[in-house]
Amino acid sequence: MLPAEPSHPRIRTEGLTAFYGTLAAVKNATLAFAPNQVHALIGPSGCGKSTFLRSVNRMHEETPGARAQGLVALDGADVYAPKVSLRRLRRRIGMVFQKPTPFPTMSIYDNVAAGLRLNRHLSPAGLDDLVEQALTVAGLWDEVKDRLHGSAIALSGGQQQRLCIARTIAPAPDVILLDEPTASLDPQGTQRIEELLFGLKARYTIIIVTHNMQQAARVSDTTSFFYLGEVVETGPTRQIFTSPREQRTEAYVTGRFG
Amino acid sequence: MVGLLVLAAVLAVLPLLLILGTLIVKGAGSINLGFFTRMPVPAGETGGGVAHAIVGTLMIVGTACMIGLPTGIGAGVFAAEWPASKIAIATRFIADVLNGTPSIVVGVFAWTWIVAKQGHFSGLAGSAALAVLMIPMVMRTTEEMIKLVPNSLREAALALGYPRWRTSLQVVVRTCLPGIVTGALLAVARIAGETAPLLFTALGSQYMSTNVQQPMAALPLVVFTYATGPYPEWHRLAWATALVLIVVVLILSIAARIATRSRFDAPR
Repeated sequence: MLPAEPSHPRIRTEGLTAFYGTLAAVKNATLAFAPNQVHALIGPSGCGKSTFLRSVNRMHEETPGARAQGLVALDGADVYAPKVSLRRLRRRIGMVFQKPTPFPTMSIYDNVAAGLRLNRHLSPAGLDDLVEQALTVAGLWDEVKDRLHGSAIALSGGQQQRLCIARTIAPAPDVILLDEPTASLDPQGTQRIEELLFGLKARYTIIIVTHNMQQAARVSDTTSFFYLGEVVETGPTRQIFTSPREQRTEAYVTGRFG
Repeated sequence: MVGLLVLAAVLAVLPLLLILGTLIVKGAGSINLGFFTRMPVPAGETGGGVAHAIVGTLMIVGTACMIGLPTGIGAGVFAAEWPASKIAIATRFIADVLNGTPSIVVGVFAWTWIVAKQGHFSGLAGSAALAVLMIPMVMRTTEEMIKLVPNSLREAALALGYPRWRTSLQVVVRTCLPGIVTGALLAVARIAGETAPLLFTALGSQYMSTNVQQPMAALPLVVFTYATGPYPEWHRLAWATALVLIVVVLILSIAARIATRSRFDAPR
């Protein structure tokens, strides 16, 4: 995979500031996310990395009292422009959360099909194909193919999270946002998800928020370090972890705080 | 200490057992097919049934549900989804006050606004009174059930591109639907046995009536009329009717329990 041209980022933010009420949780963040890369956002709790992530697909504004200003562009187009359809935007920018969130009233199949049914009118056979593809890419097909119409919440935590990934990729987004996707999983479940990310980046632009520095080092190509709402430093992951330019970054990645 | 708690538990269920026992002893003997299918006979004769009151209760409660369930559930969804809006805060407060309002007061209200205005008693006025009792109960249980749905589920749907209303209805309400159905069934059970609001609205009747604009019989009214009447035959029918009423409430409660099961639960 060739590194993407930095001049053609899939997602770009400029001066993004995100508020809860009057408190700015993200301050003036300017970042670019290249296609087919995993970009990790690290930093101590409360540093604004999740808020930043949620501003990208405009989930931030779903919190009462929250708002964002500045630019977030998807392929050059401002996602905060007045005429942007949230449904179309979120079809192109999928999101996976910290806790697995399968819809409890829906079967495994219906969970994966949920986003597809929302956006496209497919024949039953077409839907079957896309559901199978999504589950296969998420590495869950073999485990659930015999109980597609069984309960989604009967799956293990790790399986549920892979189901959520399948649900997210089924509508074929361009970007996947992952908000600490392994925080509630055991080591084995975590490993499965991390392995999955290597395969996913061939097709998607991936932004992952993680608390776990080893995870960022293992899975990402680029890392940004957030501190007190600001982007302190961005660079190739190897460089951030071995020879950061900023002293605060070094202090964090060597475990002196956070 | 544990002994006292056990005693309290026994005392708590004792009345129900005593009520059921008494009703079965005194009423079960009078229950036969004719009791359900026949009309009342003139005082002094034996036999006769309460078919008119069964039909009346079904119609009055059914109409009350048609008014009360959509209104209550809709208001509950609104209050849960926009919890900080002024309308939601006001509605919630009024519903709580209404929940504590004695049912006879609601009956008087329906009398003033429907019976007195129309100039005649009617099943519809009874339904309106029962609906007013039902709405705050249904609204508050709906709201509480929706609040139990984790916010992460709502966010997952929104992040998938669901519009707000579809998130509400297809994900949030669907997830807590068993709870909402339970609340609705318990509210139905509660109003099915209400007597006071029907006394001066539906009034009661000795005849079969399916016209909601006319006075209508209802099971609780039959119990009231027959139990306070002078004839032993009436007393017998009152016991039997009371038994039917409590069995109906029991069935609704059991249905409410069944409804709380998830469709993915193993059949028990």
